[in-house]
Amino acid sequence: MAAIDETLDPRGALLQGATRSPAVELRDVTVVYPGGNVGLDGASATIGRGEFAFLVGQTGCGKSTFIKLLLREMDPSRGKVLIAGRDIVELPRKKIPKLRRNIGVVFQDYKLLPNRTIYDNVAYTLKVIGASRSEIKSKVPEILRLVGLSTKLNSYPDELSGGEQQRVSLARAFVNHPPLLLADEPTGNLDPETSIGIMQLLYRMNRTGTTVIVATHDNEMVDRMRRRVIELHEGRVVRDEASGMYAG
Amino acid sequence: MKLFFFLREALRALRRNAAPSLAAIATVLITTLVLGVFIPVVRAATAKTNEVRNKIELEVFINDDASRAEVTELGNMIRDIRHVESTEFVSKAQALRILKRRLGDKSSITEDLPGNPLPRSYRIKLDDPQNADVVKSSLAPVGPSGEARPISPAIQEIKNREDDTEKILSATSTIKILLASLAGLLVLASVLLVANTIRLSIFARRREVEVMRLVGATNWFIRWPFVIEGLLVGFLGGAAAVGLLWIVKVTVVDEWSDRFALIAAPDTIRFSLLVIVLLGTATAVSAIGSGITLRRFLRV
Repeated sequence: MAAIDETLDPRGALLQGATRSPAVELRDVTVVYPGGNVGLDGASATIGRGEFAFLVGQTGCGKSTFIKLLLREMDPSRGKVLIAGRDIVELPRKKIPKLRRNIGVVFQDYKLLPNRTIYDNVAYTLKVIGASRSEIKSKVPEILRLVGLSTKLNSYPDELSGGEQQRVSLARAFVNHPPLLLADEPTGNLDPETSIGIMQLLYRMNRTGTTVIVATHDNEMVDRMRRRVIELHEGRVVRDEASGMYAG
Repeated sequence: MKLFFFLREALRALRRNAAPSLAAIATVLITTLVLGVFIPVVRAATAKTNEVRNKIELEVFINDDASRAEVTELGNMIRDIRHVESTEFVSKAQALRILKRRLGDKSSITEDLPGNPLPRSYRIKLDDPQNADVVKSSLAPVGPSGEARPISPAIQEIKNREDDTEKILSATSTIKILLASLAGLLVLASVLLVANTIRLSIFARRREVEVMRLVGATNWFIRWPFVIEGLLVGFLGGAAAVGLLWIVKVTVVDEWSDRFALIAAPDTIRFSLLVIVLLGTATAVSAIGSGITLRRFLRV
């Protein structure tokens, strides 16, 4: 979490050892959408550093709202959203890009840049953070090798299968080794076999110390992985188990 | 180097979105072309109306029996009147020459005249055509009897083509207002058209902008390539329009300029200045337009 600490608090490096605040903490968060729909209703959850957690629940239970809050794509109506111990709701707008550079994100629909090659899609993240050319040249092929796409560097996203596209998006999310990785239905569009591959990659990334939060309704996957499960229902946390199953 | 990165990004966007880019360039080209034709026409028309307005002058015709001294004195008196800018003496011989020139190839009919019936005259240039009546009443103040009496016995008649003056003044100001509002509308339409084209091309790429925001790009990091792209589109469109204008100028306007009074008007805008104005406007409008339009998609 060092990088996020620095973003949020210039003295973060000093405080970090003493406090070891959790990676992510929601305190009594309520989100009401402009139309009146409730995204989250007094939800609280704490996810420690290096943890791997599933967010489960039916469509509309608040999983995506949870993810969006952490990215500061929206503000809660009430409550606190803490990353590395700092309330990101109070983060000035100008600092939002810096926050996001320290969070890797993966979506159900991959969200790749359609008119860039696989290589350039991944390299863009590094260019955004101001990485040097030599750094980009060494890191991009390396991460693409990790996700098993080293032969497709010059392909365009629409030339790849869904599983391959999701691997690219994983590579993009992880290329600068962010302390926090969020995945919103990463296997939602994929067949079970391909999904296992994606989950294995997420697991490997988690083992390097990155905190991973996966929102999913893929019960098979959750049951197989036996990791922490936070279940949401109508915006509330109704279950939180250390090594749970999809259905409690 | 960041600048090169932004430039490469802009060039890539132009290449990869060839169809919308071409549409944007074509839009800039057409509007610039219309402006490029309209500006010189407006300038020429304004110059012409000003010329017509400045032609309004008073003419004081002199009695044939007035002595040379009386005529000189009259000239001095006229020059002392307020609002008179200059006077010009026209002798009988000069008057005849002017008449002959006006008659053109029919000038031979003057040969049949027994003598020279034309009077000597002073032509008076005014500081402002609006003051014609004031100067006229100074030349022939209204006496106690209510009748205008000329200030010198040498004056035979004062003419200011009264009716014509009124007509010319009101017609020229109407033309000026009309041209100004036409020019304003045309500029507005051009800006809106370019803005709309830019909006469409950015709207097509809003997903791209969304992804850029999510991986933590700052707003300016996203915006610069779009601004540079707008700059290039504006410059290319403007340059193509200027090129076409130049071809038209060389092949048509220069060839025909002596036949069309309007085009040959001395006060038309200089071509080099026109080129600078058009290129500058086209480039600036599309670059700034891109930057501003993007703002809507950058909101978190």
